[in-house]
Amino acid sequence: MTQPIELILLRQWSTYQAIPVWIIDINGDLLFYNEAAEATLGLRYEEAGAIHASEMADIFQTTALDGSAIPSENLPIVIALRDRHPAHGELRIKAGDGVARHLHITAFPVEGLSDRHLGAVAMFWEEPIP
Amino acid sequence: MRILLSGTRGSLASSGPDTVEYGGDTASIHVTAADRHIVLDAGSGIRRLSQAVEGQSRVDVLLTHLHMDHIQGLGFFSPMFNPEVEVHIWGPGSAEFTLEQLLGRYLSPPLFPVHIRELSSVVLHDTNPGTFELGPITVSADYVCHPGATLGYRLEIDGKSMAYLPDHEPALGVEHFPADPEWTSGYDLMVDTDVLIHDAQYTDDEYAERQGWGHSTFDQALDIAELCGVGSLVTFHHDPGHDDKMLNTIAANMRSHPLPFELIPGRAGTTIEV
Repeated sequence: MTQPIELILLRQWSTYQAIPVWIIDINGDLLFYNEAAEATLGLRYEEAGAIHASEMADIFQTTALDGSAIPSENLPIVIALRDRHPAHGELRIKAGDGVARHLHITAFPVEGLSDRHLGAVAMFWEEPIP
Repeated sequence: MRILLSGTRGSLASSGPDTVEYGGDTASIHVTAADRHIVLDAGSGIRRLSQAVEGQSRVDVLLTHLHMDHIQGLGFFSPMFNPEVEVHIWGPGSAEFTLEQLLGRYLSPPLFPVHIRELSSVVLHDTNPGTFELGPITVSADYVCHPGATLGYRLEIDGKSMAYLPDHEPALGVEHFPADPEWTSGYDLMVDTDVLIHDAQYTDDEYAERQGWGHSTFDQALDIAELCGVGSLVTFHHDPGHDDKMLNTIAANMRSHPLPFELIPGRAGTTIEV
């Protein structure tokens, strides 16, 4: 099934961004992440493809900066998707390459025309871990 | 299903001795099926359709979007002023304004002498992505890649289908076009249709200078038609600067390679039976 035009255009836009970008759909599935996100997450989109929401926790291990667990419902992108408002946070993430990274994340909901809630977008900024 | 191309020009009406064959009127198409009369877009080509729908008690006008070349004929479509005829106008609103508010900007003084709200037989339908029925005809609408809220349409009846995407730039920002169908604007509307009427406004050189303006090249129209597996492709929304000679040359070039579908250059007055 073809994705909504709003998500198609966001994907096209993200491929021209040097900032890491994730796009998830209304079900929480990770539809796309750009090249900058590939570097940050240590995983190539062309290899992994779309990732089902239920697989995300296995692939991306997220913790608070002190290493304590973060409930998934407190992740910025989950808040943006669930509550339909922007969210920001900091966390550590360990993905495909096993490297732990300190990320600042800003997420916002994708609200299409005709009152269609279509998903959410997360943008990352990596802070070097001392 | 019978499809009459009444106006095939894009952007600006461009009648003259050099555009007699393809026509100078802007986008408007008359679709008839099972005694239903549907008009796709209301460019200047809709004026000639006033006669074609004479005697009907209902006409449905499906607007893809509200750029002038798609609505400028509305005020010259005589059923709009006939209280005996219900004219149902379908089209997209925007994030903040209804279809009536947006159309009212044009159909009101000082741009037009009559306000749309004074036309008692006109029924406006803010149209969202989805499916609705016009009698036995199933209409599917979805937003497609073009600046501003723009719908594409797919009409189906008795296993026959057509798609209408007159202003469409599915190649915008795509590195290798055509891409995966899942990520191709309008694919679900167009796939496996008997007839696809699609934007083919630019040459490759023109497109290089006009990316993001919301239109396709001739080659992109061919690519999207092949990707979608259509039966026929009708080239549409001809640039006002392209005269008959140029359009015929381009059509001949398009046919110089084997095509997996029938190519129908969009000439005003052409009738297609599906």
